[in-house]
Amino acid sequence: MAQATATTHRRSGGFWGRIRQSDLSEALWGYFLISPWLVGLLIFVAGPMLYSVYLSLTRYNLMSAPQWVGAFNYGYLAADPLVWQSLKVTAIYTFLGVPMRVVLALLVAMLLNQQVRAMPLFRTIFYLPSVVSGVAVAILWMWILSPEYGLLNSALAKVGITGPRWLMDQDTALFAMIVMSLWGVGANMVIFLAALQGVPQHLYEAADVEGASRLQKTWHVTIPSISPSTFFVLIMSIIGSFQVFTQGFVMTNGGPNNSTLFYVLYLYRNAFQLLRMGYASALAWVLFIIIMACTALVLRSSALWVYYEGELKK
Amino acid sequence: MTTASNAEGLGRPTGSAVARLSALRRRHSVQRTVWRALVYVILLAGSVFMLAPYVWMLSTALKSPAATFTFPPTWIPEPVVWANFTEALEAMQFPILLKNTLQVTVYALAGGLLTSTMVAYGFARTRFPGRNVLFLVLLATMMLPSQVTMIPVYIIYKNLGWVDTLRPLWVGSLFGGGAFYIFLMRQFFMTLPRELDEAAAMDGCGTVAVLWRILLPLSKPALATVAIFSFMGHWNDFMTPLIYVNSIPKMTLALGLHIFRGTYQTQWNYLMAASLVVMLPCLILFFLAQNYFIQGIALTGMKA
Repeated sequence: MAQATATTHRRSGGFWGRIRQSDLSEALWGYFLISPWLVGLLIFVAGPMLYSVYLSLTRYNLMSAPQWVGAFNYGYLAADPLVWQSLKVTAIYTFLGVPMRVVLALLVAMLLNQQVRAMPLFRTIFYLPSVVSGVAVAILWMWILSPEYGLLNSALAKVGITGPRWLMDQDTALFAMIVMSLWGVGANMVIFLAALQGVPQHLYEAADVEGASRLQKTWHVTIPSISPSTFFVLIMSIIGSFQVFTQGFVMTNGGPNNSTLFYVLYLYRNAFQLLRMGYASALAWVLFIIIMACTALVLRSSALWVYYEGELKK
Repeated sequence: MTTASNAEGLGRPTGSAVARLSALRRRHSVQRTVWRALVYVILLAGSVFMLAPYVWMLSTALKSPAATFTFPPTWIPEPVVWANFTEALEAMQFPILLKNTLQVTVYALAGGLLTSTMVAYGFARTRFPGRNVLFLVLLATMMLPSQVTMIPVYIIYKNLGWVDTLRPLWVGSLFGGGAFYIFLMRQFFMTLPRELDEAAAMDGCGTVAVLWRILLPLSKPALATVAIFSFMGHWNDFMTPLIYVNSIPKMTLALGLHIFRGTYQTQWNYLMAASLVVMLPCLILFFLAQNYFIQGIALTGMKA
């Protein structure tokens, strides 16, 4: 991608220098080709973003015209205990769940990269749960997590453990959803597997010559070499995790006792059940800021641990 | 191998270096065998965790109501009740839901493929002022949480009188199909050599002909990936229909399944049968086009 941008720079440098007929017609073609996206950007992104900022400063229930309230919604939000509860739930789900999913995906990918026989079969099996998503999966897991007749607790009973009441207990409901999210680890695993297969073999050979152990090779060769993929997976997982909705809505509707009240679920309730459109818009902007802050943080830290090919290691 | 090095060790005079080497080799090979066994054990355990839910779902979908609630549960349904499927599908009004879902997925797929290809081609192959900035904007919109625009977009559709119709579920796809698909196609086009375009232009191909006759036939893997992701995304989408649709004749399968669960709370045999049917097209698609799934995912991860 870096290469692509470099080419672009070189080409567009001379653009205004010599406007020729062919350049002009090429530019017109360009604008025509991207016009669907450009129009969509205005109608569905830029316009709504501006309008959303305005709405967040109003009280609006869809029936009567928006009523200007200034920063009231933001002050109200900071004092709303359910906002803090939903932030807590979402933060636990993200900061506990994302590292678990990323590490697990990497471990499975490393195992599959060990010249395992039947690797394609294992890859298919581990990826299979990532193919399905949404309501059907949520319902399936409600049944698996059923305290009396569910698969998980009967498996635990086999080894003599009395399983908790999972989704029905406020202490375990969120944890149960994190366990459930581990089922979909396959998508990230595939990304890691592709990255592992792209690690230059000569690096391992060099490490062998120096007598490095398996663990040392993993730590000093593999992990740094695949760090761009780790970075990508981490950012995408965090962004996705903050926007979780379906599980919370379908499986527990935020309960028991708000223990699975995800932030977007609370936003949805305000917008489409209580018709507090202004307040919900303010909630959306707070979510936006949190996601941007987390992304920026990972981005900032990436200088310390992400190595790109061709870059000198310090 | 172990025996070979033993024999070698015995055949020679008691050279301590040779003996040490063979011992080292033996230990190394034992270590490797143990390691391999360990890898397989972990992979098999993981596979059970991955597959058991599917088997459990199928098993429950074929059980009688009484057999559903036994402890410990059984894997083999006794008796096998195939009627669960027909009864569950009838109760959830499956034909209407399927028709709606197909309509949404097909419209969104067609519109998304067409426009994302067009836009990606524009970004990959034409020069125009502001292109780099606009491409950065495109990348930035991939990061934008959809909740920020959700409410104003709802108000737009509401003012158009499109609430409780299927249109809000697919019309957005006509505008490039989503930044992610444009990005994917653009990255793929960038890998195709520009000489192809130039040669075609020399032969008198116009801008559209280059895309249509030269690039698209070479882009089948990327097109397939975009098509699959778009299909899966719209098939499984829950929040959009939840927001826009409120009557059963307009519902998609994802939303219909949720409503169905509300009515049949604890009839797990019905619920599993219905869930299985809703998942099935995605599973079949995966087995038909497995490589495109894997490639597509890996491709998105490689971009960084």
